[in-house]
Parts: sequence; C-alpha cells; structure tokens
Amino acid sequence: MKRILNIKPSRFSALCLGLLPLLICVVIYMIASDLRLEANPNDKLLPSFSQMGEAWSRMALTPNVRTGEYIFWGDTWSSLQRLLLGMLIAASVGLLIGLLTGAIPLMGATFSPLITVLSLIPPLALLPILFIVFGLGELSKVALIAIGITPFIARDIQRRCQEIPIEQLIKAQTLGANTSQVLIRVLLPQLMPKLLDAVRLSLGAGWLFLIAAEAIASTDGLGYRIFLVRRYMSMDVILPYVAWITCLAFILDQVLALLSRKLFPWHVKGGH
Amino acid sequence: MITAKNIWKRYDDQVVLERINISVNEGEFVTLVGASGCGKSTFLKMLLGIESPSTGTLLLDNQPIRTEPDSDRGIVFQHYSVFPHMTVLENVMAARAFSRKGLTGYLFGQAKHDARTAALDILEQVGLSHAITRYPHELSGGMRQRLAIAQALLGKPRILLLDEPFGALDPGIRADMHQLVLDLWRTYKLTVFMVTHDLKEGFYLGTRLWVFDKVRHDPQAPGAYGATITYDLPIGKIDTSLYEQIDNQLRPVMIPDEPLMEEPSHD
Repeated sequence: MKRILNIKPSRFSALCLGLLPLLICVVIYMIASDLRLEANPNDKLLPSFSQMGEAWSRMALTPNVRTGEYIFWGDTWSSLQRLLLGMLIAASVGLLIGLLTGAIPLMGATFSPLITVLSLIPPLALLPILFIVFGLGELSKVALIAIGITPFIARDIQRRCQEIPIEQLIKAQTLGANTSQVLIRVLLPQLMPKLLDAVRLSLGAGWLFLIAAEAIASTDGLGYRIFLVRRYMSMDVILPYVAWITCLAFILDQVLALLSRKLFPWHVKGGH
Repeated sequence: MITAKNIWKRYDDQVVLERINISVNEGEFVTLVGASGCGKSTFLKMLLGIESPSTGTLLLDNQPIRTEPDSDRGIVFQHYSVFPHMTVLENVMAARAFSRKGLTGYLFGQAKHDARTAALDILEQVGLSHAITRYPHELSGGMRQRLAIAQALLGKPRILLLDEPFGALDPGIRADMHQLVLDLWRTYKLTVFMVTHDLKEGFYLGTRLWVFDKVRHDPQAPGAYGATITYDLPIGKIDTSLYEQIDNQLRPVMIPDEPLMEEPSHD
C-alpha cells in the first residue's frame, strides 16, 4: 500500500471525485426539501426541483402577460450589459493608468499615492453619492462597477508593468526606441494577458457591486429580481436565479481564460 | 574612440571601481574578466549609459558618453534580451522599427517589406532561418542568444556590449557562439566589449584582455577600496605562465583574512 501522500487520481477518477461533493449537496437538499414539503405542502423555504423548474419556466419561457417580455432573459440582458460596460471601462482606464504609472517613474511618483488612497475607499460607501450625482439610472450602476474595480486593475497592471525585466527596456532603447515606442510595442502587448487575468480576478467584485446597486435602485436585472421576490419568500425563483448568476460568472471566467490562451500563445508558458 | 579618465564608482561608502584609465580604439575586441563583484559589469553599465561614474569622465569620440541607452551601443544580456511576445522574425524586425522615428514602433507597407528582407538576411547569418515563426520560449538558450545578437546587429551599433552572453550555455554550444561572434565582429567591424567570468574565454576571444581586481585590501573595511584594471594585455602575446598567474590571482580574492596576500595600506 502506497502512502496516501503519493496516491494520485487518474483523470477520470479525479472528475468523479470532484463531482461527488456536488452530488452529495444536491441529494442532501432533495432529502431536506422532501421532508419539509411532506410536513407542510405550502412550505416555501426549501422548494423542490420541480417547483423551481416551474418557477423558472414561468419567468423564462412564458412572455409577461402585460408587456410581452420574458422577464428572466430581460433581467439577464440588463445585468450583463451593466456588468460588461462597467468592466470594460474599468479595464481600459485601469490599463492606461497602470501602464503610465508603472512605466514612467515621474507619473508613478505623482499618481501612485492617490491611487493607493482611492483604492482604500469602500466603493459601496460611494453608492449614495453616485445615486445623488448620476441619478438612479443606468449610469450610477455602471459607475459603481467601474469605480470599484478600476483602482484594483490599475494597481495590478502597475505592478506587472514593473515586473517586466528592465533588460527589455534597455534593449529596445539600444535599438533606438523612444518612450512611446517602448510603451506601445514592448510593454503594452505584454500587459494585455495580465489585464485579462486582472479582469478575471475582479469579476467577483464586479458581480457584488452590480447586485448591490440593482438591489437598491433598479427596475430590472438579476439582482433586482431576487431582492424583489424576497418579499414573497419565493425561494423557487431566488434559487434558480442564484444558480444562473453563478453559471454566468463561470462562463465569463472561462471565456476570458480561453481568450487569453488564444490571443497570447507566448504567454501561456511564461516565456521570457 | 572610448577614453576613461580616472574613473571611480562608489555606492554610499562602498567603492566598486577606482582609478580606471584606459583608451580603446575603434574595432578592438575587449574582454573583461574578474571575480564576481569586482566591478566589470559596472564598467559595462557605464559604457551602456545606465550607470555613470562617481568621479572621472568616460568619453566616446571625445564627448562625454550619453547617460541613457541609445543606438550607438548595442547590448546582449545573459537573460531577457529578447521580447517574449514577438516571434523570432518580429523580434528582429522590431529592431528596424525602433530605429525609425514614430509613435507606435509598428511598420507598414514598403518599410515593413524592407525590414523583413533585412531581418531574414541577418537571421540567415546567425543560423536561425529555420525558426523564424517561433516564440523565444520555444528556443534553446543558444538560439535565444543568437536571436539577441541578430537583433542587436540590425540596430547597427558602433559598439557591441556583451554581458556574460554565454554564461548559461553548454560548453559545446558556447564554442559555436564564440565562432559566430568573431565572424560578425570581423564582418561588421564592430568595437566589442565582452564581460565574462571565464578566463579561458577571455584569452582566445578578442584582441585585448582586461583583468579587474582589487589591489588594495583593508580587512577592517572590505568596501574601502575598489577594483581596478590590473592587467591590460594584448591577446596573442601571452604565455601560459602568465595565464596561470592571473588564474591564481583571481581566486584568492574570494578568501578573506589572508594576511600574506595583503599589500601594506597606502594611507
């Protein structure tokens, strides 16, 4: 018998092992749900999977009687729009700030303290200010995501920029490169995969800001919906929505990872 | 071409180099050897322009040398000398792009076509024509250094600086690289400075050998005196006994508290 330290699962058994805890959770839920529904068929706390399926098809497959819209897909579309727009702004601004402060010492000395201070402000504490300044419309929600995530991306890109070996900058200069050429041809392309990494890491925070903003002031969106139906204790709607948000987050993460592999083949092996 | 007048280099109270007085003509191939930490790399950095002397002057064509890297001086480092996000061909073409004025450093149209032709030509000379579409991380150490040299040459430098370029390579590959560097030096009539810790390498490459060593030691304050050039020898006129003598002298520096080796203090 080998030491347990040295036993490595095969690919297939690793997959099975990985699915096992998930499966156990589902089974435990089903048992608990059945027990509660048996005691009280009107129990709302732990709806059965068929109840959740019904609620989901009501939201996603049946058009709203009054407006003719599919609530579930409308919510998804609004939320994704806000999230992606916010992330896009944060990524572009963060990349620009990170590149300039990371590459140019004068810029770094001038703006690094400011960025550090800004990054320490809890973004959610700014939400009331954003509502006052930008009103309750789309802008304040997008602004919250952008403001919350930009400092993180800027600081991360600044660090990554400084990690690029100085030898490369010297080499480019000995070939005659000026400052903007070094920034655009040497540093920027090498920072792009790092930017995708930073965006992946900050997506979790992005969802947090999105749902918080939608919960407080909105008329549609995934976060708005779960906070709305909470009043009726509609766990049969909330749970599918939470599962869907998780699923979207997973897909976004995987798409970014795939994009990074396809666009920057030289980055995967950490080539220097 | 290069003249150093009484150069000293200090970091805080640590003296690294002292009393460097040399003069180098166009077309010489100088190898710099010495124990680690003896300042040979510091001197190369001064030539490159990323360090400047604390006192004394370093002149290029009787003008003080520029204190930032420029296209007069090409460099090949031991590591990180090529751009990891460009293929072999792009790496070399970038050298041409950087030598032109412009905001982005990208080439278009005829300029791009010309750069490609020039790049393919130089890659042929260093023996990399079979690998032009590969990325640096897919190359062996020797191929990466060939690429770095090709890149530096396309920048058309007057002076080529090599900072232990073959230190990380296998001995067999190193011999090939020596041949390549010697060929290119003759073809392009470059002035070459090469730092190496391998004395043998210094002895048969190039036309001139400098040995960096400390001549004064203070056991109480190891940083009080810096290294200087203790031997400045033309290659080809050295017998084996001198080689052994230098070889022996380079080593005892590493052993502290060796009273017999100490020279009496000068002040």
